[in-house]
Amino acid sequence: MDSAVRADLFEYLLRLGDDRLVLGHRLSEWCGHAPILEEDIALANMALDLIGQASNLLRLAGEIEGAGRDEDALAYFREAIEFRNALIMELPRGDFAFTIGRQFLVSLFGVLYLEQLARSAHEHLAGIAAKAHKEVRYHLRHSADWLLKLGDGTPESHQRMQRALDELWPYTGELFETDEIERRLAESGVAVDSSTLQTRWLEEASRAIEAATLAVPNESFMHTGGRRGRHTEHLGHMLAEMQIVARSFPGAKW
Amino acid sequence: MPEVGALWEAAAGVTDPEIPVLSVVDLGIVRDIRVEGEEVVAVITPTYSGCPAMEVIARELESALRRAGAARVRVETVYWPAWTTDWISERGRVALREYGIAPPAKPAAAGEELVPLTRRTDRVLCPYCGSSHTQERSEFGPTACKAIYFCNDCSQPFEYFKPL
Repeated sequence: MDSAVRADLFEYLLRLGDDRLVLGHRLSEWCGHAPILEEDIALANMALDLIGQASNLLRLAGEIEGAGRDEDALAYFREAIEFRNALIMELPRGDFAFTIGRQFLVSLFGVLYLEQLARSAHEHLAGIAAKAHKEVRYHLRHSADWLLKLGDGTPESHQRMQRALDELWPYTGELFETDEIERRLAESGVAVDSSTLQTRWLEEASRAIEAATLAVPNESFMHTGGRRGRHTEHLGHMLAEMQIVARSFPGAKW
Repeated sequence: MPEVGALWEAAAGVTDPEIPVLSVVDLGIVRDIRVEGEEVVAVITPTYSGCPAMEVIARELESALRRAGAARVRVETVYWPAWTTDWISERGRVALREYGIAPPAKPAAAGEELVPLTRRTDRVLCPYCGSSHTQERSEFGPTACKAIYFCNDCSQPFEYFKPL
């Protein structure tokens, strides 16, 4: 693999890995705080799936980079500006409706994306994606279930679910952005061109949102910047908490 | 160097730390055991991406193969093809049921609509009394691979190894 391809692939794997690491950490914040025990367990389980996927992707990123960084070095010893996740992943967890809304929008994207990535010409990456695809299908079922329950529930749950979708919507456009790096990798069959997934995503999301008696937001302004390391203020605070033990005691084992 | 058959037998002695009645061979995560010169190579695949038991399993597999006479052991992890509950052997399914965990039904609904708006839950038999009068409580359980069910006949909550 020549060094230009290597650099592209490293960057691409950081995007995939950081999306899952940051979202997984946000979900893990519910542990001990979810509204009922079953949900506490469910959210922690999904966090575990995502962090497991992140660890597989970042380990591969480290191998491709070839600078001796493993998945832990990449997770714990990079600054916010070096993270490549989409902004929607880093937003604070909010109330339960916000967490469910984000899980729904992002898991739907994830299922569509991973289905394609599982056919990547990069065999190792395809394997990681095929496994993740099966897991995210369960995440999507879980969040769609709650979307319906909350949207078509009480006036309070309906109003909170709608507010969550309205707040999240301007962060969804970034998921379908594509750039030179992704286009080059997509041309060689390695990456997925996420812009091709947008129509299907919008159809499926709208169908579920309407079935939940909610309105599909019609906001067209979209935030951007995460893939280039320009994040909201929230990521730094999250990383401070996520990274402090590893940075205070580098190399600690237990 | 021991025979490959003996190595498989040794591997079958290693159990999943979360489900101590289930051998990792019956679970279907040991994909290959082969001899390469002086080295024994065991190939394993994770059940779930974040399965925390994988490290322990790799370590125990390595020491089981050493005890069986392998001087050098390498445990390799592969992701492709992705593990499926279809790879759990018949003996494994019986062991699960006897332990109080309902074995998986058909593999995760292929062909099901992308975003299911009406939920169909698997028909799961209670591992205690055999009743089909059971109910899903949560699709996520105490470990990544299990859901929580409840039997309306014997009033017993139980775990269900969910299809993947």
